[in-house]
Amino acid sequence: MNINATLFVQALSFAALIWFSVRFVWPMITDAMDERTKRIADGLAAAEAGKQSLERSAKQADEAIAQARGRVTEILAQAEKRASQMIEEAKASAKVEGDRLVAGAKAEIEQEVARARETLRTQVAALAVAGAEQILKREVDAKAHADLIAAVQKQL
Amino acid sequence: MAAGQGPHNAGEYIGHHLTNLRFGEGFWTFNLDTILMGWFTGLLGIGAFYLVARRATSGVPGPVQGFVELIVEFVDETVKGVFPGDRKFLAPLALTIFVWVFMMNLMDLLPIDWVATATGAAGLHQWKPVPTTDLNTTFAMSLTIFILTIFFSFKAKGAGGFVHELFTAPFGGHPLLWIPNLVLNIIEYLSKPVSLAMRLFGNMYAGELIFMLLGLLGTLAAVSGGGVVAGAAAGVLYWGWAVFHILIILLQAFIFMVLSCVYIAMAHEHH
Repeated sequence: MNINATLFVQALSFAALIWFSVRFVWPMITDAMDERTKRIADGLAAAEAGKQSLERSAKQADEAIAQARGRVTEILAQAEKRASQMIEEAKASAKVEGDRLVAGAKAEIEQEVARARETLRTQVAALAVAGAEQILKREVDAKAHADLIAAVQKQL
Repeated sequence: MAAGQGPHNAGEYIGHHLTNLRFGEGFWTFNLDTILMGWFTGLLGIGAFYLVARRATSGVPGPVQGFVELIVEFVDETVKGVFPGDRKFLAPLALTIFVWVFMMNLMDLLPIDWVATATGAAGLHQWKPVPTTDLNTTFAMSLTIFILTIFFSFKAKGAGGFVHELFTAPFGGHPLLWIPNLVLNIIEYLSKPVSLAMRLFGNMYAGELIFMLLGLLGTLAAVSGGGVVAGAAAGVLYWGWAVFHILIILLQAFIFMVLSCVYIAMAHEHH
């Protein structure tokens, strides 16, 4: 076998290949692999975090629903109470108003009666005077007998 | 041998296949086939890795990237098993060795007579397509590893520590043991690159030789009256050896890689 200068060329080729692999090929491949590892790890962590936050929000939602439900019953009860209260109030005020109207009507009627009575009285007095005039067939001095007529009117 | 002429006898045939295409005289001879095939296989192997690496995505990898990552991971795991420290240099070194040696060995699976015919047609009558059947290649690699071993030894222990270990390991620091220690260390340091180079060379050279013998057997059997049947039988043997050889080339590439890593890892160890 003959060792010759080929050895140097081959050694240089080998060194060049090593340099190229160390400098470029290996880091490029392992970087991609490491990055993938990191991405997968991140993805798993994110999935875990997502799951946890989902659980948390589900719990929060449950709490909120329960709270809302409690509040709804409370509001319903209040509303019912208020409604019956309002009905009571309306009833009361209606009664008051009715009473007031009745009282007003009564007062008005009494007034009318009084006025009618007054009118009637005046007219009766006039009629009585006219009747007396007719009966006496003579003129009664209205002035002279004014006190008399007034007395009659009072008696009516 | 002139172009177009077949080999006249078995010795000539084998000699023809085992002669490098040379350029130069004496020591300053360059085996052009070894050098060019070395570049070709290096570019093919590492270049393919580079092309994949350049478009490597951290998303879902395609089948090609997946395959490359499989090899990278395999090499990385192997190196991790041997060397617990920082693998930023050693792992790509191991990958380079594995890929390049494998690619060079792979050239062995090209049918030798087809290669000879093709290169002969191009006017090159001596062309060994497998650089690892040339001692220059295997020694170039093992000596590079050797130099790296010394370099990392110095880096890990310093010059003083390195010399100290030469004299005190493995037997101990007693002055009487300095000479035996030194002798043993020199033998050890020399045996590493030699065994590394010779193992790969021997396996590939022997494999190549068996391919030649089987090719020769087929030719001779067919010519000497055995006819088509004998030729086909030799063809089957050739095919069988090629299948077995796939295992060998992979195994030799792996062994070269692992031993290189072990040697460099040992250089980091303190005794």
